[in-house]
Amino acid sequence: MIILAMIIFPILKMILLLSLPFLFIGIINKVKAKFAGKQGASIFQPYFDFNRLMNKGEVISETATGIFRVAPVINLACLIVAAMLVTVIHFEGDFILFSYLLALGKFVSVVAAMDTGSSFEGMGASREVSYTSLIEPAFFIIISSICALNGVYSFASLAHLFWSNNDIMILIALATVGALFLIILIEGSRVPIDDPKTHLELTMIHEVMVLDNSGVDLAFIQYGSALKMMLFTTIITMTIAPLSFIGSVLVALAIAVLIGIIESLCARIRLTHIIEYTFTLIVAALIVMALVLLIMHGGHL
Amino acid sequence: MVMTKTLKFKNNEVIKKSDIPVVEFNEFMLMVSDTHYRVANLFINKEEEYRNNLYAVIADDKNAELHIVGTIVGNEYPSLTLRRPSVHMFEREIYENYGIRPAGHPFLKPVRVNDGYEFLKSDDLQSHEVAVGPVHAGIIEPGHFRFLCQGERVMHLEIQLGWQHRGVEKMLKKNPNIWLAESLCGDTTIGHSMTFARGLEALSGMKVCNRAQTIRKIALEMERMAIHIGDIGAIAGDIAYLMAANVLGVTRTLVINTLLEISGSRFGKGLMRIGGVNFDIDEELKGKVVSMLEEVDNRVTEMCDAMFANASVLSRLENTGMVSTKKAEEIGMVGPAARASGVIVDSRIYNDYKDFTPVSAKNGDVWARAYQRVLEIKQSKDLILEMLDELDGTLETPEIKKEYAPNSMCITLTEGWRGEIQHVITTDKSGAIEQYKIKDPSFHNWFGLALAVRNNQISDFPVCNKSFDLSYCGFDL
Repeated sequence: MIILAMIIFPILKMILLLSLPFLFIGIINKVKAKFAGKQGASIFQPYFDFNRLMNKGEVISETATGIFRVAPVINLACLIVAAMLVTVIHFEGDFILFSYLLALGKFVSVVAAMDTGSSFEGMGASREVSYTSLIEPAFFIIISSICALNGVYSFASLAHLFWSNNDIMILIALATVGALFLIILIEGSRVPIDDPKTHLELTMIHEVMVLDNSGVDLAFIQYGSALKMMLFTTIITMTIAPLSFIGSVLVALAIAVLIGIIESLCARIRLTHIIEYTFTLIVAALIVMALVLLIMHGGHL
Repeated sequence: MVMTKTLKFKNNEVIKKSDIPVVEFNEFMLMVSDTHYRVANLFINKEEEYRNNLYAVIADDKNAELHIVGTIVGNEYPSLTLRRPSVHMFEREIYENYGIRPAGHPFLKPVRVNDGYEFLKSDDLQSHEVAVGPVHAGIIEPGHFRFLCQGERVMHLEIQLGWQHRGVEKMLKKNPNIWLAESLCGDTTIGHSMTFARGLEALSGMKVCNRAQTIRKIALEMERMAIHIGDIGAIAGDIAYLMAANVLGVTRTLVINTLLEISGSRFGKGLMRIGGVNFDIDEELKGKVVSMLEEVDNRVTEMCDAMFANASVLSRLENTGMVSTKKAEEIGMVGPAARASGVIVDSRIYNDYKDFTPVSAKNGDVWARAYQRVLEIKQSKDLILEMLDELDGTLETPEIKKEYAPNSMCITLTEGWRGEIQHVITTDKSGAIEQYKIKDPSFHNWFGLALAVRNNQISDFPVCNKSFDLSYCGFDL
């Protein structure tokens, strides 16, 4: 039983995490289609698209250098290592490595976008950096506050939040889940931050950065962004359903459906308002920190 | 200034060219620069290869009167744009087509030719250029947009068109045929083919029966409804409000499918013929149209009520892409875009509609241009219901006459869904068509779009663009 829980379960989780991102996207798209009264594509459509892209040739800009070629691979590698950190391996400071692996992935993507010399991609790169820059501090504040509470500086401390008898702990858990959900929307370039379905280059944030990529590179990038959403979804499942396997799958499914519903009912916010929107993330983080301080100093609600 | 020295004429009336008063250039300039009136057209008519007659069609929109006046210019004349900015496009077009130079024109750039044009540059190190097109993502027509930005803010936009230039005016002059007029601008099939047919009918003295005239007007209003519904949906799509994008997309189909039942084409191709219409609306079709209108009205009301009450939608649409009333008037905008800015121009007042008053959403932003469409859809629905009641008599299809009145001119104005469509046909002394001049509403409004996006976010350009929804091929001709 212990072996099952300690070894098989995390490995299974890791395999699922790596294989399910496209299903996650497929479910979002299906929900959106249903809301529109359409039949919608199969939930496995993103897998078929991935397969199609993998079999395609690549067109590479003449102005691009080697950076452009290696960036998608580095980005994906960073994300896969990060996926291990939230499933199989936990150690002191893993969330710091996690955060900087993501940052490294983003850095190479941004540099690759600038490398093409296209004014579009430069625009996209600057947007991506400005709108996601607030994620990192918020993420650190949240996770390190929770870790401080447990004395264990690892993702593993997330597991004890929801299922405690302390009311404040549950509040912390709620704020954490809310903030992580916002991070999914921002990092995954979903409505209301970005519109993944648009063909309008001028409004895109993430998509416009990868306009020059094609074939295998594009497949990697698309898989990477889906995986990134799954990573944060996994962190949410670690908080809500730390021990139940079926529970975590259900939570992930619920998040996908929720994203689909939001995308169906809500218009995208204006680009200038996104910064204000991301500030809610910081607010959530500060709430978590304040509550943690309250507990640590023996306060009660 | 009172228009005394002009020729007052009715829409679609045949006028003798010799009746048009030719005045001194200075007097002409005074008339054109009188801001009480709108310059609806300014064009060159070459007489015997050497004389350049410059004609101005001046519309008195308050009293629903049309005037025409002419003057003679050489190869260069003082630019009228300096006194009346709204004629800047006409003068650029004249320069491009005839080489007649409007001296002192502030922005004499090409209209439809793109070779070697240098876009406006800025020395400011903080500004950068973003070039979009002429090949775009998605299936839209070719056009080049050059943004001069500071960060995300658009300082200036230049729109360069001409990739779709097919020489329609020349083709229509040689071979005035209805199929050409229908495909002149695909989304305004009925508007253009109707204007074309009316022009030729007037010149050849054909009488069109009342029933055919009413059917034409019904089709015109249906076209307006269909495109407006589609446009609100497209605006919603641009801001990722999928609900309205989907619902209105479906609703538009109801309208164009009824058009299909009437004419055999969803866009009304084949409906118009010179001398009338090819298809009648019988009692059964009439019932279908009425029930379709009710259904469409319900759906549009329900969806638009929800859409224009949704905070996230309003935050995107309000105060985006503002064109003030003054500016819209100054640059001579037409159609729903102008009315949304509070400029009341609607050429339906020059056609016989029973107690018709143009509607206006006033604000001048993207919201107003979207809401203007809602108002117009409802108005069109009422107009169609009224006209269906009036439908009487039998449909006549007279023989097509090909002899036109010699030395004449016929100016026909139609309010297409996008705005004022104007076809000017002139004949020479043998009665052959000497000039076929088309003015699509896009001709004026593209510049309105360029002004609308100034000081806006570059990411708001698509939704501004969609709120105007202008035609590339209608402009390029």
